[in-house]
Amino acid sequence: MSAANTTTPAKVPPPRQAPPPPPDTPGRPPRRRRSAAGGAVPWGLLAPCLLVLVVVLGYPLVRLVTLSFQKFGQSQLWGFQPAENVGFDNFATVLGDSEFWVVVVRTIVFAGGSVLFTMVIGMLIALLLQRVSGWVKTLVNIALVASWGMPVIVATTVFKWLFDSDYGVFNALLSKLPGVDVVGHNWFASGPQGLAVIMLLVVWGAVPFVVITLGAGLTQVPKEMEEAARLDGAGAWGVFRYVTLPILKPIIVMLTTLSVIWDMGVFPQVFVMRNGHPEAEFQVLTTYSYDKAFVVNDYGQGSAIALVTVLLLLGVVAVYMRQMLKIGEVE
Amino acid sequence: MTTTAAPPRAADRPSTRPFVPARKRRAKAGWNVLGLLVFLVVGFPVYWMLNTAVKPAKDAIDPDPSLLPTGLTLSNFRRALDIADFWGPVGRSLVVSLTVVLIGIAVGMLAALAISRFAFRGRKVVIVAILAVQMIPLVAMIIPVFLLLNDLGQYDRLSGLILTYLTFILPFTVWTLRGFIVNIPRELEEAAMVDGCSRTGAFVRVVFPLLAPGLVATSVYGFIQAWNEYLYALMLMSQQKQTATVWLANFTTKHGTEYAPMMAGATMMAVPIVVLFLLVQRKMAAGLTAGAVKG
Repeated sequence: MSAANTTTPAKVPPPRQAPPPPPDTPGRPPRRRRSAAGGAVPWGLLAPCLLVLVVVLGYPLVRLVTLSFQKFGQSQLWGFQPAENVGFDNFATVLGDSEFWVVVVRTIVFAGGSVLFTMVIGMLIALLLQRVSGWVKTLVNIALVASWGMPVIVATTVFKWLFDSDYGVFNALLSKLPGVDVVGHNWFASGPQGLAVIMLLVVWGAVPFVVITLGAGLTQVPKEMEEAARLDGAGAWGVFRYVTLPILKPIIVMLTTLSVIWDMGVFPQVFVMRNGHPEAEFQVLTTYSYDKAFVVNDYGQGSAIALVTVLLLLGVVAVYMRQMLKIGEVE
Repeated sequence: MTTTAAPPRAADRPSTRPFVPARKRRAKAGWNVLGLLVFLVVGFPVYWMLNTAVKPAKDAIDPDPSLLPTGLTLSNFRRALDIADFWGPVGRSLVVSLTVVLIGIAVGMLAALAISRFAFRGRKVVIVAILAVQMIPLVAMIIPVFLLLNDLGQYDRLSGLILTYLTFILPFTVWTLRGFIVNIPRELEEAAMVDGCSRTGAFVRVVFPLLAPGLVATSVYGFIQAWNEYLYALMLMSQQKQTATVWLANFTTKHGTEYAPMMAGATMMAVPIVVLFLLVQRKMAAGLTAGAVKG
C-alpha cells in the first residue's frame, strides 16, 4: 500500500477496496473467500461432465477389470448363463500362452520403431525447415498439413493402393532402380515386411505433428546462445547437442510419450490394411485383444489382454503426467 | 574466449554483410533441394490419391503407371457413389459428429470453467483424471463399451454411438478449452465485476467473446475426430447403419477392390476434412503443447 494511504484518516476506506461488496450480492464472492466458500459452484459446473464420464468411461473401465476376472463368452453375452468368477484364470491363460509374448514383443518393436523414426525424421525435417528458403518451407508445410489432416482410414486405404502388389505405384517405382525387381511383389505376404509398410504409414501420419511442434520450439531457442556456442568452437552437432536439445527437452519428452501411447494403440491401420482379419504374423496387442473377444468370443480373455496393455502403458503415462506437472500446465 | 575466436570472425564479417558468400549460397541451394525432396515424399500419397481418383479407371490398373495425370474424368466418383450408398453413411456421420460436438462443447465448457477459474478442493485430482483418461487407448475399452450398449439396448443406434464418442471428445474438449480460458486474463473479468457485472455477466460479456475463436477451433477439431473414428463405428453399428469411415474401409465388391473408385471415395472423404483441418490447425497445435517451452 502506498504511503498516501497510511496517512489517510482511518475512517475513509482506502480507495482500492471501495466499494465494499454488499454482503447479499450473489455470485460475486471476493477473491480471498473463493476457496473457503467451498466448491458448490465449481462442482456444480463439473457435475454434468463428471456424470457423463462416469457413465461412458468409468463404468466400462470397472467392467473391463471385472470382465477380465470372469468367464464371459457367447452364452453370457445373450444372458443364457450368468458370468462366472474365475479369479486369475484369464490372466494365467493369457500370460501362459507363448503366442501372447510374441505379440507383446512385436507390439513393442513396432511401437518403438514407429516412435523412433517419427521423432528422428521429425527432428531432421524441423531442422531442415530452418535452413531452406521461404517458398520451400511453404511447400513442405502444405504437404505436412495435408498428410496430418488426412483421416486415418483414408490414409490407410491410400497406402493399401500404393503398395498393391500388381498395380501399386511403389513397386513400379522401386523396380525402375537398377538391379531391383519387385514387380508383383506382395509386401503383405510376410509379417515383418507388411508391418514395415504399416509402420511407414504410421510414421507418415505422425511426423507432421512432430515437425510443426518442434519447429515452434526451435524458434524459442535464443540465437545468442547458439552464437555463443559457435564462438566457443562448437560445430553444428555440438550446438545441437548442447544448446538446442536441452532447450527442446520438455517438448521432446512430451512428444515421445504421446507418440508411445498413440503407437501402442494403433488399430485401424493394421486392421484395415489386412481387410479386417489380421493374420497371426500381423497381430499387435490391440488387434489380438479384439480377436480374442470378438472372433474367439472370449470376452474375459480379451479384457485381460486389454488390461495388460493399459498397465504396460501406465509407466509411459506417468512420465507424461510428470512432465505436464513440471511445466506447470496442471497448476 | 571471445579473443581467441575473434580474428577469423572479424575477417569473415565484412564479406558476410553486403552479400551472401558463394559457399553459403550453395549450401542454401543444397538445403532447398533436400527440402523439395521432403515435399515430394511427404506429399506423394496425397498426390497419388487425387491422381488415381481423376484418371480413367483403365489407366489405374497399369502395371507401369504414368506419374502424371493421364486424363481428367469424374467417372470414378460416379462409380464410387454407385457401388454402395454414400450419402446415407455421410448423413449418419454428420448427425453423430455434430451432436457429439454440441454436447461436448456445452458440457465441456462448464467443466473447463470450473477447473480454470475456481480454486476448490479436489481440483488437481479432476485435472489429472481428465488428462489421464485421454491416455487410455480406445481399443482397450471396446469390449466393455460393446457390452454396456448391449445391456442398454443402444447397440446399432446412433444415440449409442454418440454416447460412446463422448468418451474421447469430452475429455479432449475440457482440456483444450481449459487451455484457451487460462490464456484470457482474469483481470478483464475482475474489471467487469468491479464495474458492476455479476460473475455470470462478466463471463457472458467478457470471457465468452474472447473464448469464441477457441470454441470454434475446438468444435471443428472435435468434429474431425468424431468424423474420423473407425473402430466404435465398425463394432457398434450394423452394416445397414454404417458411417462414412466404415463405408470407405469396406470398399470392395465381389470383383475385388476397385482402386480408382476407391480413391475417388477417399478423396471425397478427405478433402472436406483436410480443409477444415487447415482452418484450425494453427490454433490447435499451439494449444496441444502450450507452455511446453516455458519449463
